[in-house]
Amino acid sequence: MISRKRLLLFGALGAAVVALPIVPASAQAEATAADVQTNLDNVFVLLCAVLVIFMQAGFALVEAGLTRAKSVANIMMKNLMDFCGGAIAFFAFGYAIAFGSGNDFFGTEGWFLGDGAATIGTLTLPVSFIFQVAFAATAATIVSGAMAERTKFKSYFVYSLVISGLIYPVVVHWQWGGGWLSQMSTPFHDFAGSTIVHMTGGVAALMGAMIIGPRIGKYGPDGKPRAIPAHNIPFAVLGTFILLVGWYGFNPGSELAADSAIGGIALTTTLSAAAGAVFAMLAIWFKSGKPDVAMAANGMLAGLVGITAGTAAVSNIGALVIGSLSGVIVVAAVLFFDRIKIDDPVGAISVHGVCGAFGTLCVGLFATETTDFWKAGLFYGGGADQLIAQAIGVVSVGAFVAVTAGLLFLGIKATIGLRVSEEEELQGLDVLEHGAAGYGADVTPQGAPTPVVSTRSPINA
Amino acid sequence: MIKLVTAVIKPHMLDSVKEGLKGIGIQGLTVTEVKGYGRQGGHTETYRGAEYTVDLVPKLRIEVLCAIDDAEKVTDTIRASAHTGKIGDGKVWIVDVDRLMRVRTGEMDVDAV
Repeated sequence: MISRKRLLLFGALGAAVVALPIVPASAQAEATAADVQTNLDNVFVLLCAVLVIFMQAGFALVEAGLTRAKSVANIMMKNLMDFCGGAIAFFAFGYAIAFGSGNDFFGTEGWFLGDGAATIGTLTLPVSFIFQVAFAATAATIVSGAMAERTKFKSYFVYSLVISGLIYPVVVHWQWGGGWLSQMSTPFHDFAGSTIVHMTGGVAALMGAMIIGPRIGKYGPDGKPRAIPAHNIPFAVLGTFILLVGWYGFNPGSELAADSAIGGIALTTTLSAAAGAVFAMLAIWFKSGKPDVAMAANGMLAGLVGITAGTAAVSNIGALVIGSLSGVIVVAAVLFFDRIKIDDPVGAISVHGVCGAFGTLCVGLFATETTDFWKAGLFYGGGADQLIAQAIGVVSVGAFVAVTAGLLFLGIKATIGLRVSEEEELQGLDVLEHGAAGYGADVTPQGAPTPVVSTRSPINA
Repeated sequence: MIKLVTAVIKPHMLDSVKEGLKGIGIQGLTVTEVKGYGRQGGHTETYRGAEYTVDLVPKLRIEVLCAIDDAEKVTDTIRASAHTGKIGDGKVWIVDVDRLMRVRTGEMDVDAV
């Protein structure tokens, strides 16, 4: 099996050469099997990148659905702009920091995809970049839901540039860019980014939600959390399904090659997602007497985040166990953060932060066999080596993101401000931040043509 | 003399009320989505494990203009067709209308019904 680690090594060598043996159509008769494989890899990963970019639509719908109608345009705008602003920042700086040659902590070559820009495996530079920018956008967009309904738009926009251009790329370099986490005696293993993508976003979301404080009315005078119900459950569930579909690009695409491993990865992804939804449903049903829809949707995402690190390393049964536990954990985590007054309207901290960390640790428990890239887990006779490596990765990435994102949000708070006025928050962010409501009234402009009618009044006639 | 019969009913009873009123020859009605509460004071729902009170429950307000002789019949029909016997079935009442005019033709009172 070709895996990410080996491909990265190839990539580091290939970076110096840059020109890749993509075969022109006219020479197809002489194309070797290796040429065809290279083209196939590029086609597959580019299509996977498109699926991952489609996840932005899923995030937008989940977050809009689980919050209130009065700020729906604001949350859509945040999702639109964290992708667009983030893509430019990742193009300019992020990709170079993440994948460029440099030291064990950050890369320093390939600014604006220029000289020294690294390629990954057999992929061309554009395909490498498109796939990775999709992941950067995923990490960035996680925060928007956790800080929904109370954050100034311009402050969020600044945040999204910094996480995509700086914070996330550094984390990526530590592992996928060949940095220190990948060089430990037992290397850290995070196949598609439970920690690197999701926990990074989740920890940033935690810092943001903590620093900005809860929404007005979230806590009663007695300090107890109060429900602020979703305004559109169909959006939330449709968004969840879109994220599921996108994950078939996220996980299998992270193989970075069109090979025989992608089917098994898609299978563990499916099983974990399904188990996550079922067990989150059971957990909240048991807790509050109803199978809550929003919580079950969070459960499916929890299962997906949980399997992302070990998707290539665990068995099908292992995937079911990881998904089931992720589903229960996400419910407990949502209720826990509610109780300690961290108001996360969409459950992003629980889904991406908590289940990202849990799924990463699970590699050290459920990896079935020792390969070149990971050791068998504790439950499969491999001892605790991989588990310890996983814990080092989770703690170091968590600490780095907590500190940098914390400083970023505190810096924004002290300069341009983080939170809208109380009046604006109560009215909803749409009109005051963006000029018009997401669900506006039908307006007929004054002076528009009116229907032609008889001007003779029947009363005066 | 014209009467205005107004009723507040459960939203899902609208079709039954519409059919009932058609059955006694009523040709028009106005329906408005409203919210309110009565003696039971709303109800509770749960979201993500937390209970919350919905004190303003969605209802429909139906308004029917009719001749004085039809008012009792309209009221009885609405009562019969909106009735479920459970809490929150709503109310129906009759008030006098001083003057009624059809906007298109200017017809007055009974001619305008």
